[in-house]
Amino acid sequence: MSNENEPAAPPRLALAGASKSFGAVHALRDASLELYGGHVRALLGENGAGKSTLVKTLAGVHRPDTGTVLVDGEPVSFHGPIDARDAGIAIIYQEPTLFPDLSVAENVFMGRQPLSAGKRIDRKALHERTAELFRQLGVPIAPERPVRGLSIADQQLVEIAKALSFEARVLIMDEPTAALSGAEVERLFRVTRTLKEQGAAIMFISHRLEEIFAICDQVTVMRDGAVRFSGELEGKSNDDLVRWMVGRDIDTLFPKVDSEIGAPVLSVHRLTREGVFFDISFEVRAGEIVALAGLVGAGRSEVARAIFGIDRADGGHVEMGGRRLPRAKPTAAMRAGIGFVPEDRRQQGLVMDLSIARNATMTQMSELSSGGIIRAARERALASDWATRLQLKYHKLDDHVGTLSGGNQQKVVLAKWLATSPRLLIIDEPTRGIDVGTKSEVHRLISELASRGLAVLMVSSELPEVLGMADRVLVMHEGRLTGEFSRAEANEEVVVRAMTGQKEEMAA
Amino acid sequence: MSTADVAVDRGPGGERSRRLTEMVFRMRELGIVLALALLIAVTAILEPRFIHLDSLQDLARNASIIAIMAAGQTMVLLTRNVDLSVGSVLGLSAFFAGDLLSNHHVAIPLVFLLCIVLGIVCGLINGVLTTFGKVPALVVTLGTLYIFRGIAFVYTNGRQINAETLPDKFLNIGTGTVWKIPTIALIAFVVVLIVGQYLRDFRSGREMYAVGSNEDAAKLAGIRVDRRIVTAFVASGALAGLGGALYTARFGTVDATAGTGYELTVISAAVVGGVAITGGVGSVYGAAIGAVLLGCITSSLIVLRIDSFWQQAAVGALLVAAIAFDRLVGLRLDSALRQRSARRA
Repeated sequence: MSNENEPAAPPRLALAGASKSFGAVHALRDASLELYGGHVRALLGENGAGKSTLVKTLAGVHRPDTGTVLVDGEPVSFHGPIDARDAGIAIIYQEPTLFPDLSVAENVFMGRQPLSAGKRIDRKALHERTAELFRQLGVPIAPERPVRGLSIADQQLVEIAKALSFEARVLIMDEPTAALSGAEVERLFRVTRTLKEQGAAIMFISHRLEEIFAICDQVTVMRDGAVRFSGELEGKSNDDLVRWMVGRDIDTLFPKVDSEIGAPVLSVHRLTREGVFFDISFEVRAGEIVALAGLVGAGRSEVARAIFGIDRADGGHVEMGGRRLPRAKPTAAMRAGIGFVPEDRRQQGLVMDLSIARNATMTQMSELSSGGIIRAARERALASDWATRLQLKYHKLDDHVGTLSGGNQQKVVLAKWLATSPRLLIIDEPTRGIDVGTKSEVHRLISELASRGLAVLMVSSELPEVLGMADRVLVMHEGRLTGEFSRAEANEEVVVRAMTGQKEEMAA
Repeated sequence: MSTADVAVDRGPGGERSRRLTEMVFRMRELGIVLALALLIAVTAILEPRFIHLDSLQDLARNASIIAIMAAGQTMVLLTRNVDLSVGSVLGLSAFFAGDLLSNHHVAIPLVFLLCIVLGIVCGLINGVLTTFGKVPALVVTLGTLYIFRGIAFVYTNGRQINAETLPDKFLNIGTGTVWKIPTIALIAFVVVLIVGQYLRDFRSGREMYAVGSNEDAAKLAGIRVDRRIVTAFVASGALAGLGGALYTARFGTVDATAGTGYELTVISAAVVGGVAITGGVGSVYGAAIGAVLLGCITSSLIVLRIDSFWQQAAVGALLVAAIAFDRLVGLRLDSALRQRSARRA
């Protein structure tokens, strides 16, 4: 094993000059990475920096457009996850994929169960071998118990046991600690160190910089689909890592219109939902765009959902224009003047099989109908009015909304809510999955609306969008507000520092 | 946690969890066995003739065909699919068997073989449409339910098979006994045992559970999901084909309507026996006991001279009770397992 630590040996698994595009989006640009036996490499980057695409390329889920995957220095071509597994590559995803109804042992050995005479499964050997794997990992999970009811941390350990069972030589962990408690993280690290000592090549993805320093030997930092830094972790500081992760020009993509900021419209007082977010207080004023930034899982969307009343808050309350809103009542929130544009527009924002006109006017059905029957002429008139105002690009208003591009679908969702004349618009990920050209149109639209006095609360994972659009930036980390910055104060470094939960003092 | 903790926990903790899991897995079947025992006891007290040999033999005969078909249905349900066409396959196969024997004088073993082949063809159609056609099994088999029945009507062309035209040796399979046990019940026993062992001890059998439990995980584990689903449908079809031949042997009189509505009885038997309609959970033994329980309800209500309307209501109530019970046990089990995990962490 020891000679594999020497740089002379070819890397266990490597990616050389890989690029991958999805439509117009360049998810991966000429990315290279090497994993060596007995070493742990960290992979860092903001949301959308291309980490998942890189992992999925190594896992055989995606095939790179250009460039190659190399195993032990030999180029290989994976046709699916099974090929990658057979090459000894195991991936532990944030959400493990297991069979809840089957026993732990069966989950570990599914399809590869030890057999006795007559091709029957040798249950005793199955349980003994599983117990042996968990002994190696040093964790007490009974092989006979069903997976249902195991914590996420234990389920990840079952995945790791599975990786051990087919003697995986490369272990890739995609944000394994995101859902774990402190003690569980400690245990995972202990297991990881054991595996490293046994000579496995490990890649570890996490947003928590302190974890990276605790366990990793090398680090690769990605930004905009490309590798910005790759090398030894030793001697690097938090600031170095953060600088490589961000440090991007905010171009003119965000035509922010100045607007007059008026009286508070929304005020949130100590809003809490147990285990999700805690003690969240802030205000949004008329004409103001407030961005809620943070990493995936920080609880941003959950706060937005609780304000609108989709999820019930356990503590605290929400006021609209000084009037307190009842908990968990979206209809009351709508009446109070809140519009809510959800993150997943295909599932929650639109009815894909209905026409553009019907979708755009859905919130106005009672106004458009007489005697319970929707008047088609009125519906068309209202829809075409909004289509003009939002510069919607469409063929016919009767076409299914699914025929529109992502950006234009988002405009339909906006039209639907703007038709209710809201005073506050909550927008979760306004430009997710929208091509660059239309993105700026959506931004222009939001900015214009704010300049006319609409209060906007925007949840966004894209830092340039946050910094380009917002009058004020609120940052969440693990369910708590960790930073608030005015437009003048906000820059990538301070926001990322707050997003990763680091204190100001550490920056110095 | 240190290795010392690990060693301690592997002792009593591991032991306790083993007992807990085993108990729960048995409980699914235990509940229904208790219900069956209770029903027989109550009926026997009210009407002692119920536990006479003749009566019990009759009970076994009635449950046998349903049990055989429920074994096949269990495999389909485990993969999170459903086969509604089994009643029609049985009808088609039953007339086919009668036709082969009375009009073409085909040897009895060959008749059984051909009926099973007919069922395999029907199952293959269901399986291929479901997997490669990407149509939900509910829709596919609802369609083939009508198609196979329609073919049966065209094939019979209004004819009927009567017992007089069938060889006695064949009828004996349906009505005779071996050491006082009805032959047909022995066949059902063997079928259930084979399917049960297959699902318990063979990789491809376990993979059916895996497919129904989490299809994405099954794909990642390298399981050929489509092939497992087709296999389940083929097995269900084959056993419905076998059921058709046995139906003819048991009743002697067959027309195009044979087995109408059996699909619901078969699915009920499996679900009452603890097979989850959502896939991944259950055993063929439970399904077989479910078949016996349903048959027993029918017989006991007849013995007790209760209106046949109540029979259907009783089956329905039992179905709802079984699902409610299952859900309750599931919730209790979930929270018990979670608590145990929490305590350990």
